[in-house]
Amino acid sequence: MEDTPIALIKNLTTHYDDVEILSDINLHVNTNEILVIMGGSGSGKSTLLRHMLGLNQPTSGDVELFGQDLKSMRMQDLCNLRQKIGVSFQGGALFNSMTVGENIILPLKEHTKLDDKTMQIMMRIKLEVVNLAGFENLMPDQLSGGMIKRVALARAIIMDPALLFFDEPSAGLDPVVSAELDELILTLKGAMNMSIVVVTHEIESAMKIADRIAVLDKGKLVQIGTKEEIRNSDHPRVRMLINRIPENIQPDSDEYMERLTRENNI
Amino acid sequence: MEYNISKNGTYSVIMLEGEVDLYCSPDARKIILKELKKGDDMLIDLSKVSYIDSSGIACLVEGYQVANKNEIKFALLGVSQGAMNVLKLARLDNVFTIYNSFDDIK
Repeated sequence: MEDTPIALIKNLTTHYDDVEILSDINLHVNTNEILVIMGGSGSGKSTLLRHMLGLNQPTSGDVELFGQDLKSMRMQDLCNLRQKIGVSFQGGALFNSMTVGENIILPLKEHTKLDDKTMQIMMRIKLEVVNLAGFENLMPDQLSGGMIKRVALARAIIMDPALLFFDEPSAGLDPVVSAELDELILTLKGAMNMSIVVVTHEIESAMKIADRIAVLDKGKLVQIGTKEEIRNSDHPRVRMLINRIPENIQPDSDEYMERLTRENNI
Repeated sequence: MEYNISKNGTYSVIMLEGEVDLYCSPDARKIILKELKKGDDMLIDLSKVSYIDSSGIACLVEGYQVANKNEIKFALLGVSQGAMNVLKLARLDNVFTIYNSFDDIK
């Protein structure tokens, strides 16, 4: 019998106003697996991530984490469950008024009764892990983009989460720093037995770190499979993403004009 | 987490057992620091630890620091693969003295 997936998404559909952002998404994350969610800009990747965290309510469908349905959970139970989850947001989401060290320690202060000395050592261990030893007294605005990502990752893993979400680890980073983060993600999986969901549009990074890749396009899950299956896919949208072929949409003239003129009754 | 304290030669041996995580590492910390006050050399036996997280590792680091300050020998014994992975991630595997068994202690 297979283990219960650490995350399970069933028939998830969601809208922003009238616009359908995700359409009937079904996928799961296995224990100690790196699942990469890939897709172009606006494909719904980050929205899917927000639903997996229970930050957004879907129009329909379910999200289960650790076997628990988020929709039917009480707020306190959801808070407890989130302590087993780490999130590294796309822009870092660090508190600019706090030092690097204070940012990293914050989840421990909020959720544990650990001795301050233990917390300080844990924070410094995580800074070592992300190769930022000695940076604890700097402020976020003194850091480069790559450093901010690494501090955000250090904060995301401070509680040794069983499930880590990492939104766009490579975005805006140079190839060397990006490769270092990929290595770090693989190390975390190996050493801490973490299950990791990475959202990215970087095919090179995905091919390096993923156990499985889910490809989103215009809110639909077009394919999910191993790296080999994705690499050898004959699905046209997957091939476009892998081969970096730009989309050339020829709009329907009438529809296009309608779109351009309807808002202001021109 | 369970624990047991025994003596082996000049060493005070603290055997930790089960999971050493955020919720019980404060106990591990108290036990280690209290035992160090006696001034005996110390072995932390991790052979029966099924899981240790960063808070558990932090307790070991603090114990190591206190022992060093007081010129007490501080070493780890029977480190499981899981615990070793966490030590390696924190690059502490070469910082702690680690013995596979009592026979390795000279």
